[in-house]
Amino acid sequence: MAAADKNRNALPEVPTTGFRGWLNRRMGLDALLSSALDEPIPGGARLAYIFGSGLLFIFLSQIITGVFLALYYVPSADHAHTTVAYITKSVTAGSFLRSLHGYGASAMVVVLLLHLSQTYLYGAYKGRRELLWFSGCVLFAFVLGMAFTGYLLPWDQKAYFATAVGTNAASEVPLVGESLKRMMRGGTDMGTLTISRFYVAHVFLIPACIFALLASHIFLFRKAGAAGPVSENPFTPKQKTEPFYPRQVLMDLSLTALLIIGLGSLCFFVPMSLGPAANPADSQYIPRPEWYYLPIFQWLKYWHGAASVIGVLIIPTVLALAIITIPFLDRGIERRPWKRPVAMGAYAFVLIAVAGLGLQSAYLDKHDPEVAQQLAKQKAEEEEYMRKPFEPELSAASMAAANVALSDPLAAKGKEIFEQRSCNACHGDGGVGTVAAPALIGIGAKLSADQLAHLLKQPNAKMAAGGMPAVDDLPTDDLKALVAYVASLK
Amino acid sequence: MTEISDRSNGDQARETLSGNRRSFLGTLLALGSFFVGTLLAVPLIRFALFPLLRRTTELEASPVGPLSEFSSLTEPVAKIIQIEQVDGWRKAVSDKTVYVTKDKSGRLSVLSSICPHLGCTVPWVATKSEFICPCHGAVYTSDGSRISGPSLRGMDTLDTTVQDGQLLVRFQYFRQLSSDKEIIG
Repeated sequence: MAAADKNRNALPEVPTTGFRGWLNRRMGLDALLSSALDEPIPGGARLAYIFGSGLLFIFLSQIITGVFLALYYVPSADHAHTTVAYITKSVTAGSFLRSLHGYGASAMVVVLLLHLSQTYLYGAYKGRRELLWFSGCVLFAFVLGMAFTGYLLPWDQKAYFATAVGTNAASEVPLVGESLKRMMRGGTDMGTLTISRFYVAHVFLIPACIFALLASHIFLFRKAGAAGPVSENPFTPKQKTEPFYPRQVLMDLSLTALLIIGLGSLCFFVPMSLGPAANPADSQYIPRPEWYYLPIFQWLKYWHGAASVIGVLIIPTVLALAIITIPFLDRGIERRPWKRPVAMGAYAFVLIAVAGLGLQSAYLDKHDPEVAQQLAKQKAEEEEYMRKPFEPELSAASMAAANVALSDPLAAKGKEIFEQRSCNACHGDGGVGTVAAPALIGIGAKLSADQLAHLLKQPNAKMAAGGMPAVDDLPTDDLKALVAYVASLK
Repeated sequence: MTEISDRSNGDQARETLSGNRRSFLGTLLALGSFFVGTLLAVPLIRFALFPLLRRTTELEASPVGPLSEFSSLTEPVAKIIQIEQVDGWRKAVSDKTVYVTKDKSGRLSVLSSICPHLGCTVPWVATKSEFICPCHGAVYTSDGSRISGPSLRGMDTLDTTVQDGQLLVRFQYFRQLSSDKEIIG
């Protein structure tokens, strides 16, 4: 009720004159703003409630940095690694922005776990908040999906092998496992189609789902209202309310500031590294996932053969269902943690199990001399790669030209003539075409060698009009070579 | 900051908060957010403008041959050089023909073999001691000066440097059908 009073108090503040008044009459911005800022919080603002908007901030940062990274990134097995190396080593602020995006993913998982823990510990899922909790759980899964799909995109050694393991794990699922794996990879093996699939999921599909779910998450939150402190009744809040603005806004902004400073200095002083390009033939490489996937990685190690159904499918499904249905399972009005021993026990158990699995994985790696040695070698290779300057990729046209020189001596001679006579000045190197003249690639499939030779000696009217000179002074052998080269362009 | 700390002592202070102070804080926050946002936009803008602030199509000098090879030059000699063009994250390697010759004062110079008329390759015709373009008949002297024909200027000289006894040349394309030598790439 206090909030309603406040809204009424706020009304005279809405400007009715000038530019803001005009905007307001057209758009009703001030009403929108005040309904956003005057959201009543039972029991007043608290630092415990800051994680949701922290997540929103990181998500926004991920969108912006992601869009900018797409300025240079190319999702294909041929170019992905080169373009990420270009971003990391050449482009101004590239290393910083890539780090912001990569570390941002980790920060997202951390803040997400804090947000989830706060909601759970405060019993804030109680009191007609089943859908709110459910949408949060699905958002959690999508964020992990973003981390999984994004990890492959740099296509360096660790990305390739971690994803190979990750997609392999899917094949452990009974009946549909193999199809699931092939679906994710776009084939039996990892390759350029895998990048395309992961890229589409990472950039279009999952973000679209997150947008939609985020909107419903916030809508459901406003519909149910803030839950307030643990002493509050989840159905009918009785405590004195305080509007979201200004104190809660300031608290939320302090987390944002902390994130900016923390992530900013991390990215500036310890930028993310990039390993050497993926080499699928490397049989020595020991893949390790990002830290937040270590517990799952370790867990999967324990399940093999027939029993894997239990570990890979049944237990995770039961756990996921249990988490999603918490608001249905725990219907009590009690929110104080010390009065909810079962809920707290379950939380502690899952937390200890997950942390234990992660630590176990790190411990095993450290104490197996062979593994530790190989991991150290991989780290050294990565550092070595980072020290090298950026090496541009040889363009397809130069490579095609080089291949011709290797395979067919006649065409190789033709290539020499093509360049000596500056055919490439207009038709481009390797016949790729320029604004001055069309591409010659694939012309061998349309015209026979005789037709090509004839056109070279006597260009047709359209060619002559475009500035094509007649090549009528070449010895017959040279003309043959030139025709052989032009016909070989692919 | 005093505005913020004033407000931390409970509901009553907030209840009596006047509209002015509330909007003052709002302005402060808006300015602060604007400032931080601008700061954060700096790396984004630098990242996006990188190709404009740095030439992405860079051309390194290519070696033509050792200086000693050209010391007793009597007529222009054709050399094939390899040029490497960098285009963002990729590069193209191609062969180009250039002529090493002597200019009027007897110094070494390197000519592009591309005719400044319409871009054909100009051969050196040793029997006539002239460059004669086969396409439209432009004629040039051994130092590349224009004698006759449709071309509006002489053959284009390329920038050269000498490093460790090696003659290096920076290959460039020039606009055709023009009396001025204008670099186009």
